[in-house]
Amino acid sequence: MDINLLINAIIAGLLLGGFYAAVTAGISISFGMLDIVNIAHPAFILLGSYIAYSLNVGLGIDPIAASILMLPAFYALGAFVYQVYYVSFEKYGQESLRGLAFFFGLLFVTEVILLLIFGVDYRSVNAAYIGSSLSVGPMEFPLRLLVPCVVALAMFAGLELFLSRTFIGRAVMAVSQDPTALRLMSVDPTRIKRIAFAISIATASMAGAILIVIQPVIPSVGRDYIGRIFAICVLGGLGSLPGTLIAALLLGVIESITSVFYGPSWAPAVSFGILLLTLAVRPSGLLGR
Amino acid sequence: MRTPVFVLLEIIAGAALFLILRAVNNDYLFFAGYTVLQFIVLSTAWNILGGYCGYVNFGSAGFFALGVYTSVFLYTVNQNLEDLMPEWLLPLMQAIFPLPMPALILLGGIVAGLVGLGTGYLTLRLRGVFFAIATLALAVVLQTFVVNWSFVGGSRGAYVIPPGTVPILGPYIQYLFLLMLLLVILSLTCARLIERSRLGYGFATIRDDELAAEACGVPTLRLKLIATVLSGALMGMAGAPFPYYIGYVEPGSAFDLSYAVNSIAMPMIGGTTWWAGPMLGAVLLGTLQQIATVTISSAVNLLIVGLLLIGFVIAAPDGIIGLWHTWTSRRSKP
Repeated sequence: MDINLLINAIIAGLLLGGFYAAVTAGISISFGMLDIVNIAHPAFILLGSYIAYSLNVGLGIDPIAASILMLPAFYALGAFVYQVYYVSFEKYGQESLRGLAFFFGLLFVTEVILLLIFGVDYRSVNAAYIGSSLSVGPMEFPLRLLVPCVVALAMFAGLELFLSRTFIGRAVMAVSQDPTALRLMSVDPTRIKRIAFAISIATASMAGAILIVIQPVIPSVGRDYIGRIFAICVLGGLGSLPGTLIAALLLGVIESITSVFYGPSWAPAVSFGILLLTLAVRPSGLLGR
Repeated sequence: MRTPVFVLLEIIAGAALFLILRAVNNDYLFFAGYTVLQFIVLSTAWNILGGYCGYVNFGSAGFFALGVYTSVFLYTVNQNLEDLMPEWLLPLMQAIFPLPMPALILLGGIVAGLVGLGTGYLTLRLRGVFFAIATLALAVVLQTFVVNWSFVGGSRGAYVIPPGTVPILGPYIQYLFLLMLLLVILSLTCARLIERSRLGYGFATIRDDELAAEACGVPTLRLKLIATVLSGALMGMAGAPFPYYIGYVEPGSAFDLSYAVNSIAMPMIGGTTWWAGPMLGAVLLGTLQQIATVTISSAVNLLIVGLLLIGFVIAAPDGIIGLWHTWTSRRSKP
């Protein structure tokens, strides 16, 4: 085994892991903290990718800047989706079967709409940092992975600060555990859940932009991420952001080593293996409550 | 109605359908009809786990593809019999191969059932959501394996050349149609039997309140495993004749997400609590899609399915049968 190859595989894996953390952050909030199984999350991420793509190609805006511009729109979209979900399912306690089917339909419809608008060709963006790389000794840091990773970690740190320091953030952490106690503090649990879900969809905007910086996308690529993000979310311990980060880095490294030494076509199987193993051995995850 | 009478009625209805289509004598009708029948099997199979137990399976495409690739595997084995088999085994194998279609269907069902058992055993002890996610990921992983497995064609795909005709019936597509009709009868009978047996009541307790059921001594894990295996096996059986129907399979078409969406949307639209619900949904949606594919485009027809699924789960959670019940009960009131 070539040691340089291994080092670079680990570096690429860590950078990839940072990106995975950003992709999973939204799911950690919606699935881990709110108990809303939003399997349509990858579709929202791809929506973010394509919006960043359109703004980049049409107006020449940097994709990551574009995604920050789109945050309010995604926040509003998230609030709307939650409202529909709440009125139709959660209010009647029917979220399990029909809520899942609802999000599955949403995933599918978003994918088909993107397919009808953008077609099946791979789309990619232009930015100054794509293509060059930073090297330190034998180590290579490709900027198209480094920049997304830094952005992702910044977003992740912001989320963690928001959730642990602000009142609303703490209310979000509390809402799935004890809504009644929240009511006693004169906070409306539904409002908190709406805010939290909207934030989780807003993260999809940024995750989408960095996805399209890292790799060219087609509408169906979102499905590859479903197994991955749920594997990370479960492995990290549902709803624990630090756990999510550790799990994401771990998965990134394992996947990177797998694709360097066994071929990239095997990488999708890794996340499922980890998911099944976690479910069978330690369902509460690494840092589970 | 007693079960034998029900089966007899099914056979009569199936025979009538087949004879009418044969009298029209248009091969396209058999091709289109085969797809609709395939969807009846898939959605009825999905409903055994999803509708009766309340456990959502997103991996229908994976189970279906297991059947498909079991057939492709055996077909390829048959093509390369001389190279693969040791000398002493060859005469025996040459006597067995090529396997008849019913044997392929059975084997496809066994493989899919075993995979269902394995996945279920690992994930069914947890909350239902985990099972749903695991099935979704299962489809992706199975696809990864098939893409990397060059023996069954890998990502290039594999050609399966069906025999042109069969004795007595004539065109091969009619033979496949007839077999699929038998599978429909099998799956509907299964669903109806379950609905009226101890097993079905057990499933219903799991759907309504699993914790309470467990506390009352219902062996929930065993029942869920039975449902998963049964449902997976039926999906695999529906997939086994597919390569012979289509002639060329590649992972993208065998694992198409539209199978997963359709097998959820059809029971949801028809109604999940009655054995005829999935069939109703499959006939309506399947026919609609056949028409839309021919007249508009296949991407648009998938959009229609997705929107119908969302619309129905929001507005009519009990499907068409639920709508019918509210309508008749409103009319009977003074």
